[in-house]
Amino acid sequence: MSPAAALATTAAAAPHGFLSPTGVEIAFLLVGLVTFGAALVTVTTRQLVHAALWLVVTLGGLAVEYLLLTAEFIAWMQVLIYVGSVVVLLLFGLMLTKAPIGRSPDADSANRWAALGVAVAAAAALVWVVVDAFRTTWIDLGGAPSGSTKVTGASLFQNWVLPFEALSVLLLAALVGAIVLSRKAKADAAAATTGTPAVPGSRSEKEGVR
Amino acid sequence: MTTTTLAVLVPLLPFLGAAAGLLLGRTAPGFVRPLAVLPTLAAFVLAVLVAARQGGGRAVDSATEFTPTGSVPIELALHIDGFAALVAVLVGLVALCVQIYSTGYLREDPRYPSYAALVSLFTSAMLLVVYSGDLIVLLVGWEVMGICSYFLVGHYWETPEARAASIKAFLVTKLGDVPFLIGLFALGTDAGSFRITKILGTVAGGGLHHPTLIALLLLAGVAGKSAQFPLHTWLPDAMAGPTPVSALIHAATMVAAGIYFIARLLPVFQASSAAMVVLAVMAAVTMAGSGFAALAQDDIKRVLAYSTIGQLGYMTGALAVGERGAAVFHLLSHGAFKALLFLAAGVIIHAAGTNSLAAMSRMKDLRARVPDAYWTMTVALLALAAIPPFAGFFSKESVLGAAEHVATGHTEHAPGVAGWIVLLVGLFTALLTASYATRLWLLAFRGHGAEAPDHGKQPLVMNAVLWVLAVPSLAFGLAYGVLPDWFDSRDLTPTLITSVLGTGLALVGGLVTYGAWRHTTALAGRVPLGAVAAHPEADAGLVEAEAIASHEPAYGEVAYAHDPADPGRLLLGPLHRHAAVGFHLDAVYDALFVRPVRAGASLVRFLDREVVETYVRGAGALPRLLGAAVRRAQTGNVQTYVSALLAGTVVLAVAALLVATGA
Amino acid sequence: MHLVYPAVLAVLLFSTGLYGVLARRNAILVLMSVELMLNAVNLNLVAFDVWLNRTARETLHSGQALTLFTIAIAAAEIGIGLAIVLAVHRNRGTSDIDRLRDTAEGHESDAPEAEKAEATA
Repeated sequence: MSPAAALATTAAAAPHGFLSPTGVEIAFLLVGLVTFGAALVTVTTRQLVHAALWLVVTLGGLAVEYLLLTAEFIAWMQVLIYVGSVVVLLLFGLMLTKAPIGRSPDADSANRWAALGVAVAAAAALVWVVVDAFRTTWIDLGGAPSGSTKVTGASLFQNWVLPFEALSVLLLAALVGAIVLSRKAKADAAAATTGTPAVPGSRSEKEGVR
Repeated sequence: MTTTTLAVLVPLLPFLGAAAGLLLGRTAPGFVRPLAVLPTLAAFVLAVLVAARQGGGRAVDSATEFTPTGSVPIELALHIDGFAALVAVLVGLVALCVQIYSTGYLREDPRYPSYAALVSLFTSAMLLVVYSGDLIVLLVGWEVMGICSYFLVGHYWETPEARAASIKAFLVTKLGDVPFLIGLFALGTDAGSFRITKILGTVAGGGLHHPTLIALLLLAGVAGKSAQFPLHTWLPDAMAGPTPVSALIHAATMVAAGIYFIARLLPVFQASSAAMVVLAVMAAVTMAGSGFAALAQDDIKRVLAYSTIGQLGYMTGALAVGERGAAVFHLLSHGAFKALLFLAAGVIIHAAGTNSLAAMSRMKDLRARVPDAYWTMTVALLALAAIPPFAGFFSKESVLGAAEHVATGHTEHAPGVAGWIVLLVGLFTALLTASYATRLWLLAFRGHGAEAPDHGKQPLVMNAVLWVLAVPSLAFGLAYGVLPDWFDSRDLTPTLITSVLGTGLALVGGLVTYGAWRHTTALAGRVPLGAVAAHPEADAGLVEAEAIASHEPAYGEVAYAHDPADPGRLLLGPLHRHAAVGFHLDAVYDALFVRPVRAGASLVRFLDREVVETYVRGAGALPRLLGAAVRRAQTGNVQTYVSALLAGTVVLAVAALLVATGA
Repeated sequence: MHLVYPAVLAVLLFSTGLYGVLARRNAILVLMSVELMLNAVNLNLVAFDVWLNRTARETLHSGQALTLFTIAIAAAEIGIGLAIVLAVHRNRGTSDIDRLRDTAEGHESDAPEAEKAEATA
């Protein structure tokens, strides 16, 4: 499709009806609703562990949306990394900080009404801008998938090698940083406990769990 | 050396002595006495030399202009005529006597170095006034005297009387100095110069535009300095200072400055007959009022203070009839015998341990304790009462003669009404003067009762000075034949009518007082009044300070004691109560000036506290309020911060969008 | 497919995450909300990448590459973030964000006594 033709399609928008959605669009919309609903529950639920589980639903829904947008590699990465590791990490974190199981009445801070106002205002402004900007734009999902593993891999290792390697360094730095933070915390705790008759056994036990 | 150089040195030497005394007073106490006496002695000798060279001939004029000073030039000018030369000799003599006397009087005073330096500075300022040929330079000396009088009157600043008196002296003279300054400027503007010779030339040429206004303005300053009604109230209170200071202020400096100033600028005053009448009325009220007040005072020094006011009234009266020769003649003779009176009073106060005449009248043989003071004071009192042949007789008769001259129709120099006023009131005051002089002498030296306390021998210098001053008090009057040459004035020989009248009235006054004293003295024994002498061995200055401080607790009043044996009480009758407090003039001033100023001050204080400070506090409170509000925002809650940040971002983004889309 | 659908979904997820960041007390829940915001950005990247790939023949796949990077960085962030939260929890005994008010006006920074007591409690 030539740029002129693309211009023509966007200008005319004849074959696409805003009120006549295709099947993909319906599927996207339904999954999007579920995703958004799950996200809302994630940020409003009073049970902390449930929030993490609803986050799984949200992230999974997003993976489905990636699939619908033909970006399959990203979708699997989403499932693998987010659902597989990040949420597990978050659950660990909840457990290690002795998060209460069950409903906790003070899950939301006193700031929630201000937060609600800011969030609604931001949403309204962004939706308005986005709709205003892209109401005549369509994605052509026909043809070869644009995000297959092959395509993505080729692009990644042809054009994005240097950032990719840099990212590995960043991950290493994050790894080292996490360790240092833990060790420093331990050293601080040791310094704090030297004066107080706290039992070091419980702390080392905790470290073991970690 | 030329006469000019000598004349410059006359005021300069005491000034340098004062500066050196102030600088070395603490570090080298041994030099203080020489530094006090020697420059004054040198100034006196030089003043005599200047007088001898000038010799009553043509006036010595010399001027140098240091720097241009704008429209009206100010010059360092000397103008030495017969008046200046003789008054400078008097100032030098009295200042020398006072300095010598003070070495004995205040010999144990810890503040003697600064005292002596201030007396030197005082002398220097007066000599500057005397010799100056430029009114602005004269004003410098005039104001320096004002500040020196403030410090010296407040020498015993431990006593509340001295503090109040020093402030009063300063404020009252300043009250006159403000119009005086304005008058000087008006005079200088009209004449185009501050030089006395040029001003006199302008006056002679009729070039003065507002003679009455200028004369009255100048008169206010003169009334303040020379203690004329209605600005005389500071002088009796200034008795709270040490006695030598009183002698200096009353005899030679300060009060003499006003008279001398008018004498120099008499043509300016003569240009306005209204000013001359005002001068005459002022002199009359001052003379009569002070005579009554002097008769009612209990403090020996206050009697002398009121007598000074009265004698200054005579001088003002002489000026009011246009006879400055007589005025300065009386100034000179009065300077001699009044200095003597005060210095002798200092000796008496030391011997008696009190300054109260009521207490002295209850002491036997006080005169035996102080024979020198007794004899010299008798001479001085006779001079004061104008008994021939003492000095006061000739000078006072010259004043009365001048008044008679004008009253009898020679009105080319002064209005006739002024002559009559001065003559009549002057004669009446002669009676009053003799009366209070007799009362003072009788009460101080003719007391009955307990033996006077023994304060030991007076220092030799104090007694020697008394005899030195007794000579001019006795004999200076005979100079009446020579003085007209110096003053270029009318003959100063006493005329027969006024001499007979004046002396007769003085004798009457003295005799009446003696009779009243004989009548009341029997009462003295019945009403005991305590004398206060806390430190019989202390030096005279300390005794006097204690006497001043204890007068009010002992007798209930600064001015007078409730003594039925006082002949003044009998003579004055119902008037005594009013005369004792100076005819309530202080109360009038209190109502006219002090209370309005106090009320204004409290109003200003109120405004400052309630209005201005409210604004100041408001200016402080508003930022504090804002600060509290801002501080409240600093909750430490990160989420609140981020909320505000993002809300601002949203608002900015929306605004940017609206602008970008042109909505 | 209409581009508005993924875009609006991304906006809504982002705003939801924003609300979570601002309203949640527990630091781990805040981290979850941050993940939501990151994922909203990811969705945008993917959608626009697909659109540009077809419309403008863009073969660089920058959107997808950046999405991968974001995922990786998010993983790193969650690791560091959790480490910090755990350290704070260990020191202060709490992971509630609105109780960490050391920067508040009038807060006494040198009050280790109370904090220690809190930590040991």
